[in-house]
Amino acid sequence: MKDISMHILDIVQNSIRAKAKLIEIEIAERSDDNQLSVSITDDGTGMGLEQLQQATNPFYTSRSTRKVGLGLSLLKQKAEMTGGTFSIKSELGKGTEVKAVFVLNHFDRPIIGELTGTLLILICNSGETDYVFKHQTANGNFELDTRDVRQTLENIPLNHPEVRLFLKKMLQENLEQIQISK
Amino acid sequence: MNKIKNLADLKKLQSEVQAKIKLRENGDNPESLVQIKVSMATCGIASGAKETMTYFIEELDHQGIDAVVTQTGCMGYCYAEPTIELTVPGQQPVVYGFVNKVKAREIIEKHIKLNEMVDGIIPVTYLLIDNQ
Repeated sequence: MKDISMHILDIVQNSIRAKAKLIEIEIAERSDDNQLSVSITDDGTGMGLEQLQQATNPFYTSRSTRKVGLGLSLLKQKAEMTGGTFSIKSELGKGTEVKAVFVLNHFDRPIIGELTGTLLILICNSGETDYVFKHQTANGNFELDTRDVRQTLENIPLNHPEVRLFLKKMLQENLEQIQISK
Repeated sequence: MNKIKNLADLKKLQSEVQAKIKLRENGDNPESLVQIKVSMATCGIASGAKETMTYFIEELDHQGIDAVVTQTGCMGYCYAEPTIELTVPGQQPVVYGFVNKVKAREIIEKHIKLNEMVDGIIPVTYLLIDNQ
């Protein structure tokens, strides 16, 4: 995984498979603490204690198509490689929170990457799932809640080409405005 | 805090698109559209599935080809990622492997537009008793 936007896309797939109706993605860049934190919280089926303990084991997966589950373990490794931390909390029937904290100025800290592309793939192919995306930097905050977008669009689907183009420009402009790190 | 940058713009877009949607609904039915499912598991994302999916969405829209492009989970062909499952109306689904932007372009130009399959199909190697 070259960058953080790819990790986000990967981890959110777990939330989608857990049939989450609301997925919250938060990125916070805090230069005073020298930290970049990424958290993904969902209201999906959640995991029991046994599954939670195995979740970051690369040889554990709930899938039947293969024998490995690398997403969480790769993200954990990346965060810890920079001297950061990784945590995962889950409760059966309630949901899961995955949080990775990177040391912001560490040489091994991956770049954020092409976040707009990741968000468009998630939002515009979301079906009935809603997303709340928040990005905080020293230059400002940006928040996008797809519930507000759906309300404004009424019955226009989020995957309509013109809606997608609008969201693409809006995301690009807002993320540029708050000067997210590269 | 900036929420949606310009709700007025989004509302205006809603009105413009609304009229077009009504015309489209009368003609469309999901089974008459090309369907592309892009495998979006860890192996796929690490191999470039994000770019593949974005390319299909934008190029099909640019060429005015009615299609539904969605993400799906691991199809089990991790050695051949990025993979897509392509269903052309009236035909059985076909899985392509190693689908980068160049292959995606070829699939659009030949398989989708001209109904000519291209190299890179991952064959079905078994049939269960139930679906023979």
